[in-house]
Amino acid sequence: MAEAQNIPAGSTTTGSIAVAAESTVATRMSAPPSFDVADFPVPHGREEEWRFTPLERLRGLHDGTAVATGGGVKVAIEAPEGVTVETVGRDDSRLGRAGTPVDRVAAQAYSSFEQASVVTVAKEAVLTEPIRIAVHGEGGVAYGHQVVELGAFAEAVVVIDHTGDAVLAANVDYVLGDGAKLTVVSVQDWDETAVHVGQHNALVGRDASFKSIVVTFGGDLVRLHPRVNYAGTGGEAELLGLYFTDKGQHQEHRLLVDHNTPHCKSNAAYKGALQGEGAHAVWIGDVLIQAAAEGTDTYEMNRNLVLTDGARVDSVPNLEIETGEIVGAGHASATGRFDDEQLFYLMSRGIDAEEARRLVVRGFFAELVQQIGLPDVEARLLEKIEAELKASV
Amino acid sequence: MATLEIRDLHVSVEADNATKEILKGVDLTVKQGETHAIMGPNGSGKSTLAYSLAGHPKYTITSGSVTLDGEDVLEMTVDERARAGLFLAMQYPVEIPGVSVSNFLRTSATAVRGEAPKLRTWVKEVKETMAGLQMDPAFAERNVNEGFSGGEKKRHEILQLELLKPKVAILDETDSGLDVDALRIVSEGVNRVRETGEVGTLLITHYTRILRYIKPDFVHVFANGRIAESGGAELADKLENEGYEAYVKGGASA
Ligand SMILES: Nc1ncnc2c1ncn2[C@@H]1O[C@H](COP(=O)(O)OP(=O)(O)OP(=O)(O)O)[C@@H](O)[C@H]1O
Ligand SMILES: [Mg+2]
Repeated sequence: MAEAQNIPAGSTTTGSIAVAAESTVATRMSAPPSFDVADFPVPHGREEEWRFTPLERLRGLHDGTAVATGGGVKVAIEAPEGVTVETVGRDDSRLGRAGTPVDRVAAQAYSSFEQASVVTVAKEAVLTEPIRIAVHGEGGVAYGHQVVELGAFAEAVVVIDHTGDAVLAANVDYVLGDGAKLTVVSVQDWDETAVHVGQHNALVGRDASFKSIVVTFGGDLVRLHPRVNYAGTGGEAELLGLYFTDKGQHQEHRLLVDHNTPHCKSNAAYKGALQGEGAHAVWIGDVLIQAAAEGTDTYEMNRNLVLTDGARVDSVPNLEIETGEIVGAGHASATGRFDDEQLFYLMSRGIDAEEARRLVVRGFFAELVQQIGLPDVEARLLEKIEAELKASV
Repeated sequence: MATLEIRDLHVSVEADNATKEILKGVDLTVKQGETHAIMGPNGSGKSTLAYSLAGHPKYTITSGSVTLDGEDVLEMTVDERARAGLFLAMQYPVEIPGVSVSNFLRTSATAVRGEAPKLRTWVKEVKETMAGLQMDPAFAERNVNEGFSGGEKKRHEILQLELLKPKVAILDETDSGLDVDALRIVSEGVNRVRETGEVGTLLITHYTRILRYIKPDFVHVFANGRIAESGGAELADKLENEGYEAYVKGGASA
């Protein structure tokens, strides 16, 4: 067991997490957040934050042996008018404002990237077309950093697509000005050999709303930290996620919502389906309601549907409340099996096995997909789910 | 005319690393238009017979044969049996999370009928059939069996029976757990299907109560994994008065 880290409650460094000494979130970290990889010991696998992750499949991202190969990953950004896209060096002051790396790989990414992309949506610009970021792996090792910043009252949709093969550690910062609205869809549609680790930090401005949709289908190992904190009151965050973990895949989503500011809302809903020997999904949902965060309203939910034997789910919702003056707080986690009795019931009504499975999985995801609110993304996801099912049956 | 023929059916299950024989030579012929009541004490193997006919993977057929219009049923997968015209209304229908009743019914009707029913007539058909079973239309949007009461599950089973119009319907204790009103409503549903004259019905029950609503042509007493006695409707009256003691070894149980 990791020792409790003595991090002062109410610590206010921008983007760092501030937790009580006895918080399990704190005890879960083997070192305090830091931009410098040297501040983190090389994990050995028994640490609370690493215990679900097969380190040997990180291909050296965790121990400094993964050396960037140059051109390992191509990033192409397509943005409509009213958006500025820049490639900047490490010293750009706009990097790293939404959050600080919380584990060694995120810090490695931050310590190793050479150039970062900064996408800025001007104040009050309301985009009618999404910003598209294509991250395509060319088979190499890469470290990256991206910033998406919305000025006050700007509105934008960003779709980030990850495809190809790569060993990638990359962080993303989302900085939302006051009253801004940002929807981000991050699709991990990697080849089956890819490794992708990263921290996605959102800093939600006063009265701003952030909606994140994380969709993970591919990769040998994907481990993401979607994290939210608030820069002012009245902020809202919706964290939706969907994963389809196949044979041999490890897909890990570690959420944290840090309610450090009064009168903010958060809602997290992740759903995953698993099939095949060695499919492993991990979901950690940490929600902190700090003493100052009066009027917080939060709910988090994770549901898993296990389609075959041999798949494994670790689902750990965790809600820590330091003030009773809240509107609501709750969590739910459930892992169900698509079992032989269900299959028998459907088949006894003439439905063949493949169709039966499809029916159940489609139904399972439908309600979540409907919450995305972007018809083309919704259609694409449903198609992708069908394809995943076809490929496996 | 469709005929289901069960010949010397032996069925066993694997339990606690041992093979346990449950059906010990069942012989039965059910013809289209006929209604056979199968009555017997708890644990006599009635559900096992029903599940074996439907093809539940837990049950192993060790010998015997089952044919539907001469076709070997035992060779068919579960869904093939349903498409061939077998229907089982289950004693304990399972919940299917994430699948709405309306989606389920349509998918199933499409599979059994071999083509998707025309949307307009289908919606009407479902609505009317639900109304006949006094089911709230809101059920169509709920997930299959999820949170359904015992009685609601049984109505849902009969709804499927009416929509799928099988050649042979096996109703496993459709009456149990129903109050008098529900029993009447469900029985009326079964009778609507029977009145077409196109279905052979195998009505499995523990009690004679349902036979006041659904008149059987034949009554079979099931005990210890086989049919112990067969007769007409009058056999049910005898069971009503005397119970199953005479058929159960040592007079225990039931
Ligand atoms: N999967 C199984 N594993 C072990 N034993 C089983 C299994 N299925 C059935 N049995 C046993 O077989 C016997 C017959 O069970 P079955 O459910 O067919 O009886 P039934 O006549 O339908 O009873 P009831 O009136 O209670 O519904 C019982 O002793 C039961 O415990
Ligand atoms: Mg039974």
